[in-house]
Formats: sequence, structure tokens, C-alpha cells
Amino acid sequence: MNLDLSFYNWELISNFVQKGFFFSIQLTLVAMIGGIVLGTLLAMMRLSGIKPLEWIATIYVNGLRSIPLVMVILWFFLLVPFVLGRPVGAEASAFITFTLFEAAYYSEIMRAGIQSIPRGQVFAGQAIGLSYGQNMRFVILPQAFRNMLPVLLTQTIILFQDTSLVYVIGAYDLFKGFETAGKNLGRPIEAYLAAAVVYFVICFALSQLVKRLQKKIAIVR
Amino acid sequence: MDLQSKWQIFMQDRGDGVTYVDWVLSAWGWTLSIAACAWVLALLVGFLIGTLRTVPSKPLQWFSNAWVELFRNIPLLVQIFLWYQVLPSMFPALQQVPVFALVVLALGLFTSARVAEQVRAGIQSLPRGQFMAGSAIGLTRPQTYRYVILPMASRIVLPPLTSEAMNIIKNSSVAFAAGIAELALYAQQAGVELSMEVEVYLVVSVLYAVSAFGVNRAMAFIEARVRVPGYVGGSK
Repeated sequence: MNLDLSFYNWELISNFVQKGFFFSIQLTLVAMIGGIVLGTLLAMMRLSGIKPLEWIATIYVNGLRSIPLVMVILWFFLLVPFVLGRPVGAEASAFITFTLFEAAYYSEIMRAGIQSIPRGQVFAGQAIGLSYGQNMRFVILPQAFRNMLPVLLTQTIILFQDTSLVYVIGAYDLFKGFETAGKNLGRPIEAYLAAAVVYFVICFALSQLVKRLQKKIAIVR
Repeated sequence: MDLQSKWQIFMQDRGDGVTYVDWVLSAWGWTLSIAACAWVLALLVGFLIGTLRTVPSKPLQWFSNAWVELFRNIPLLVQIFLWYQVLPSMFPALQQVPVFALVVLALGLFTSARVAEQVRAGIQSLPRGQFMAGSAIGLTRPQTYRYVILPMASRIVLPPLTSEAMNIIKNSSVAFAAGIAELALYAQQAGVELSMEVEVYLVVSVLYAVSAFGVNRAMAFIEARVRVPGYVGGSK
């Protein structure tokens, strides 16, 4: 078995990989931002002490967490066009799916973050006359975010890896880019290897950065 | 078509004496078999690698570190393709190995990195005195691990291992990419064949949730059986 190294050239990147790479990055960023916002809301719902809100958030989070991402992607691909009333592409469906799915995971992180703040902080906020919203916004959430930043970012690295599963609905992401190149140029082995290396380099580099950040935060605290 | 006759389609023969119910049960069996085999592999390798990460030897630390980083930083889907496509073409001997075994290797080793991280954290959470006590009573380092450290650490890591065991059920769905007739592949194929995606997805999702919940209960049972009084969850 010899690898055909001429497979790795600029044409491969510009014709096949680039488009998928940008899609994967976009999908990761949109799902991260949307997921953290929605996840924080869900976490606040779960900790609100208002029963109906707690139930809705709990069912949402546990429901999404109890079935595989592959099934969630299939479900949304089926249901999103139905809800919107018009057909949407695999790519558009992926944005909605990942935002809503990751929100469940980010919400568990944010819940742990909010619960890690000593109760005295909440009382202190109340004592100086802050409303619930002000207390959350100025006292609790900034600290929760800061404490949970490394975990949120680690979850984002997992999210980036998980975006490869849009394979199941045929969206054109980074992995699909390599696979398509491998099929079109008759070099699937080289293509899969390259995909593995690219994912590894990106995720390893990011996880090293998160580790550094973690140390920095740990010193201050 | 009323609801009852709609569901009866599942009992329909697909032409080869196999109904959709038979098919979904066999798919469930594949899912559980993949997950169970991969879980055994992940535990064995994960405990070994996790332990090696805590020993003083630099080369062993380097090796186990590299192992964890390698298997943790490549998406599972890509790892499945590595085992199922790339390695057999590089090592023709692997072409004789059934796809099932290759997928189990992929999923098992992927999960071993996560198990190893939990085991390392469990070992490092033990007080240093435990190691010292071991050497004070004349145990060698391997003996200390065998009789003192690992029995404690394996109990401490049970809660995080429970969520990994549930993850492995869910992650086994990626085996569809290697063409194994497990639940996720069933969902796609039966959904299209019957044009009843919602019903088929519903059945498959419930089976996944039930399996994950079953694993959760089984692990909780083990946890209750082996707990050490005075330690995590072992106050009784």
C-alpha cells in the first residue's frame, strides 16, 4: 500500500475542502453562540423555582440528551421543513439542529456554573437592592461564565468534532469535502487520512489553548 | 388510514419473511452488541492507559498522554472510516476481520481515551498518603496500584463512567457509517421504505432512550453494591 502524495495539493483544498471547512467553522460558531445563549436561558429556567418553567427546561434538556445526535439530526431534517412550511437544505437544517441540540449540553454546564456561585453572592445582590434580573446580569452570570469558560470551550471542541455527523443528512462539511475529493479523484484512503490529520491538528491545538486558559483562570481564583 | 392500521404496517412482511418488527429488534441487538463489546474494550484499555498516566515513568506518561490526545481529537465518524476503510487497505490482513469487529475497535478505543481521563482524575483525587501507606507496608508500586489505589479509584470513577456508558450507547449510532444494520441505519432505511419517518424515528428514539436508561440503572446498581462507607455516595 503506497499513498499517492500528489493527491495533497492546492486543487484539493480550493476545489473540495475549503467550502466544507468554512461550513464546519460557521456551523460550530453559530451553534456555540446560539447554544450558549439558549443554554443559559434553559439553565435559568431550571433554577428559577417556577415549576412549569423548570419542567419545560428539564424535559427539553433530558430529552435531547437521551437520544444520539445522529437521531436528533435526522429528526430535525424531517421536522424543520414541516415547521417552516417550506423545504430547507441540509445545511440550513444543520444550523437549527446544532443550536438547539448543543443548548441542552451548554445549559448543563451553565447550571453547574450558576450553582457554583456561593449563595452569599445572591444574598449580597439582594441586600443592595438588585432585582432578580439585575442580580443575574451583574453578579451571578459574569462569575458563572468566567468559572465555566474552559468547560464551555471544551464543549465547543466536541461540538466541532460532532459537526462531522451532518454526514447523515449529506450536508457538505469539512469531512464531506475530503470524502468527495477522495471519491472524485479515486483516492479515498488519502482523503480519509487527510481528514483525520486536519481534525486532529485543529482540535489538539484548540484543546492546548483551553488548557493554558484554564491555568490562567485557576491562578487568579 | 386510522392509527391502528398504520402501526400494523410494522408487522408487514418485507418479502423475505422478515417483518419490520423483526428488523428493528435485530437492529437493537446490533446496537447493544456494539456498545457492550466496545464498552468492555474501553474499560480494559481505559483503566490501563489512565493508570499509566499517573506512574512516575516519563516514557509511559508520554505514551499514555499521546494515546488520549490521539483518540480524543479525531471525530468518531472519522475514526470509524479509519478503521473500516484506511487500515484494511494499508494492512490487507485486516480485510479478513468482520466490519463489526472493526467498528467495535473504533468505538472502544475512542471511548478508552475518555475512560482513561476519568480514571486518571480518580487516581489523582486519592490522597497521596495512600501511595505512601502502600510503600510503608512494603508493597511494590504495582502491588500498591493493584491492592490500594485501583480498588478505591475504580469506585470513585463509577459516576462519570455511568455517563460514559450511556454515551457509548448513543455513540454506537455512528456505526451506520460502516453499514452495520443497527438502529440509526434502520431508522434511515425503514423510514424511507415505509414513508413513515416519524413513527420509525419515534420507535428508534425510544429504544435508544430505554437502552441508555437501562445502562444508567445497571451502573447505579453496581455503584450501590460496591460503595465504600464514608466515600462518594457511600455514607450509608
